[in-house]
Amino acid sequence: MSEEEEEIRIGVFVCHCGSNIGGYIDCKSIAEWAKSLPHVVFTQDNLYTCSETGLAQIKKGVNENNLNRVIVASCTPRTHEPLFRSCIQEEGVNPYLFNFVNIRDQNTWVHQKEPEKAFEKAKELIAMGVAKAAKLEPLEKIIVDTTPTALVIGAGVAGITAALSMANQGFETHLVEKEAEIGGKLNILDKLYPTNQDASELLKSLKKRVNDNTNLTVYTSASVKSIEGFIGNFEIEIEQNGNVKELTIGVIIVAVGASLFTPTGLFNYDGQKRITQAELETLLKNNQVESSNVVMIQCVGSRIEERKYCSSVCCMVALKNALEIKERNPKANVTILFRDLYTPGTYYEDYYRRAREAGVIFIEYAPEKMPIVEDNQVRVHNEYLGQDILIPYDLVVLSTPLVSNEDNKDIAQMLKVPLEENGFFLEAHVKLRPMDFATDGVYICGSAKWPVDITESIAQGYAAASRASTIISHSTLEVEGATSSLPEYNRNLCTGCEVCITVCPYKAISKDENDEILIQQVLCKGCGVCGATCTNHAIVIRHFTDDQILSEILAFGGQYDGV
Amino acid sequence: MGENSKSVLIIGAGIAGIQAALDLGDMGIKVYLIEKNPCIGGRMSQLDKTFPTLDCSICILAPKLSECYRHPNITLYTLSEVQKVEGKIGNFTVEVLKHARYVKEDACTNCGDCAAICPVRGVKNYFDADLKTQAAIFIPFPAAVPPVYMIDKDACVNLNYGICGLCAQNCGAEAIDLTQKDSVLTIDNVSAIIVATGLDLDENIAPLSHYGYGIYQNVVTAMEFERLICASGPQAGHLKRISDGVDPKKIAFLQCIDSRTQRAQKYCSAICCMYTTKEAMVAFEHNDELESYVFYIDMRAGGKGFQNFLGRGKDEYNIKYIKSKIAKVNVDENESPIIVYEDLDSGEIKQMTVDIVVLATCIIPTLGLDKLANILDIELNEYRYVKTDPFFPVETSKEGIFTCGCAREPMDIPRSVAEASGAAARAAEVIRGG
Repeated sequence: MSEEEEEIRIGVFVCHCGSNIGGYIDCKSIAEWAKSLPHVVFTQDNLYTCSETGLAQIKKGVNENNLNRVIVASCTPRTHEPLFRSCIQEEGVNPYLFNFVNIRDQNTWVHQKEPEKAFEKAKELIAMGVAKAAKLEPLEKIIVDTTPTALVIGAGVAGITAALSMANQGFETHLVEKEAEIGGKLNILDKLYPTNQDASELLKSLKKRVNDNTNLTVYTSASVKSIEGFIGNFEIEIEQNGNVKELTIGVIIVAVGASLFTPTGLFNYDGQKRITQAELETLLKNNQVESSNVVMIQCVGSRIEERKYCSSVCCMVALKNALEIKERNPKANVTILFRDLYTPGTYYEDYYRRAREAGVIFIEYAPEKMPIVEDNQVRVHNEYLGQDILIPYDLVVLSTPLVSNEDNKDIAQMLKVPLEENGFFLEAHVKLRPMDFATDGVYICGSAKWPVDITESIAQGYAAASRASTIISHSTLEVEGATSSLPEYNRNLCTGCEVCITVCPYKAISKDENDEILIQQVLCKGCGVCGATCTNHAIVIRHFTDDQILSEILAFGGQYDGV
Repeated sequence: MGENSKSVLIIGAGIAGIQAALDLGDMGIKVYLIEKNPCIGGRMSQLDKTFPTLDCSICILAPKLSECYRHPNITLYTLSEVQKVEGKIGNFTVEVLKHARYVKEDACTNCGDCAAICPVRGVKNYFDADLKTQAAIFIPFPAAVPPVYMIDKDACVNLNYGICGLCAQNCGAEAIDLTQKDSVLTIDNVSAIIVATGLDLDENIAPLSHYGYGIYQNVVTAMEFERLICASGPQAGHLKRISDGVDPKKIAFLQCIDSRTQRAQKYCSAICCMYTTKEAMVAFEHNDELESYVFYIDMRAGGKGFQNFLGRGKDEYNIKYIKSKIAKVNVDENESPIIVYEDLDSGEIKQMTVDIVVLATCIIPTLGLDKLANILDIELNEYRYVKTDPFFPVETSKEGIFTCGCAREPMDIPRSVAEASGAAARAAEVIRGG
């Protein structure tokens, strides 16, 4: 900190968030009350502080009152802190001199039935925020160089699409596939819905585009062995045929797809007379389907207690294969036993209608009364008729879900990204950041994230390429400044115990050649675990210093430092 | 010619258009974003919460609206429409008609003094599904971007009769310009165009009257319901019956209204099963004695976390799902709707009396898409959405023109966002010579 002590001038903006906050507590009187807090020289309440109007009011407040600390008491820093930080930055105030006070998610939302108490709590939270703001120090973001190269893991339709788009944008792109051939599930499919063209046609055209692209390098029968480093500068090892290739990569796209589920023990599955849709595809491809009585059962192994999700592609797959059987043998009886037929949108609903018109029979079943596959007939209870229906068969086809790959957790660990409860990759935000991971510089697309069909895989492949391109289109990027540090004045406190190295979840801490602790700022996410565990209080977490946190605790007890 | 002199023009500034604009802008590519409404954000800005996370819609959207508005590479034109396109991939010239706002965008401070003094009242607010009224000078909603008022030229007495002018006299910022005229802008050197025009809802009274809409007050569309339960909507989020202002105890949500039927639209609107569940949840949050009944044909919940969301609806929010076909909606002497339906599980014809009926009306292509398609020289499909190939999902029939989101098919927000990024990638490929 500089020697000259600048007068601390804090502005407090209290947001109504429509009625999310304002509907429960009186924001106007809170703003008035906040004027009584130490160093606070300006306060205001806004209907939506995050709106352009609200932001303009903050700017006006800063300019007219020479504010050098700004507090917004509103929703959550998760979504809104960057906005307010850049708002004050535009007015020449260091963005780290902004402090967020959460009075919605952690107050009015959870205390809706106790508005009086919520009102008091909001005041306490703001008092604490003001106390901390007085102690905040300006910080600078770190600028790092980026390498304009991309790695795509998995060469199914999503991965190929992503890789082609990156390469077409002029980036050196590396596509790694664990199988001997690229194309993923296209290799096992017969036809593609809703056009019923051969899967091999699409595969052929994708392969040609891959081969013709000079920016794209493909590694088949290969795997990513290790990933170190960070956004813009990942150090990657690719292993192929026992050889290891090292690359520096700017961005990574995960497109590893999903796996087929084998319904062992379900509906007398035997792989012969009772098979899966994927096995049927192979038979259709080889022209080996001679059955004239086919029964398909939907939701086999999905939408059940141990696997609750709908795999979203199986209804369309069943319709496609049913239509294909009917096309080859119009006299064949094809019956689909279903719970809810999933054909959303325009063309898919058309496709369902086509199957009905082709004579495919649809019978609904309820999960409480599952169909029973007997030796030569399927017994299904129909609630509408109030009785069992017996359907003779020579082939039963089970529509099983796509499930997450076994090795997702290894990849997740290498990339430091999370998986959700079913083992699929978990994106940064389900609604608005569908292709991003919380870890910067790493993106996701296709069925690795959630079961999707080819149309959606292609769209997502392009989408991941777009998100990745936003990073490596620039030669440098900025990373978070509120990180962990071992300041020079604390070096003598460090005992070299290495607890920090052990606890750091991001592998950001190591020892240098002089056996001194080194914190890699770009890897640090500022989580604070090292600071909290440091045996001798040597590590300082910028923006969350002991002094700043203590000031909040004291303010909660009604005590203000220096007042 | 350098990358910087080339640009991408995006038509429609809903969440899809915004995402495409932000991606391209962040890549360092110049973007023109054209929106026909007075503000950006599209349908998503009208929603209270979003499924399946129950995030407050405007709360997660507002930062993107601001980012878009402040982005150095994005030029935004509201109240604007594309009226002529010439050229081809890599070099289109686009003529944009910018309608008069009668308020200067760079001068208005969004203080609202103009609306306070405006003598015209009772003008319906489109943003609130016409359930709230306003003055002739208005801002669609408090968090609107750009945060600038506008004059409804059909309602303003000055523009129609040459009298009044109080708003201009009262405006401290001298932002009102009652002489403003529509203007035409020509944008050259557009390398690629993205059509992100989104959706409209089929709210023609005639077919909906079959379900009592337009006849019975307590029959509303899902979009109207969305505004009724929205914290910033006409009832401030606390749902009441329109007819008598009483808290409802029982709500019926009717699915597939004018969709999946030979009588109207044959296709499935794709998102209604999920948003209906969300609407029932939000209504329950304001009133935990509420019972909700969803009358559906097939429950379509294939997206990430959707089945869990339905499970929560049943277990925690008192929602019951009835597989059924609706025959008719009548009312009793209290204006309470009576639904006559066939229970598809038992095959019986049944009746249920409820307090409010919500109609999940069919999603349709945005009104005016036919005209735009002519201007752009792109094909539409048989349902009048932008025609795409299943294996080239973001390409239109014309090279260099891409599409995404509900312009081409009904879809939910994450999918629209993903496709928008996808269209952005394709546009970037064009600019970068790929």
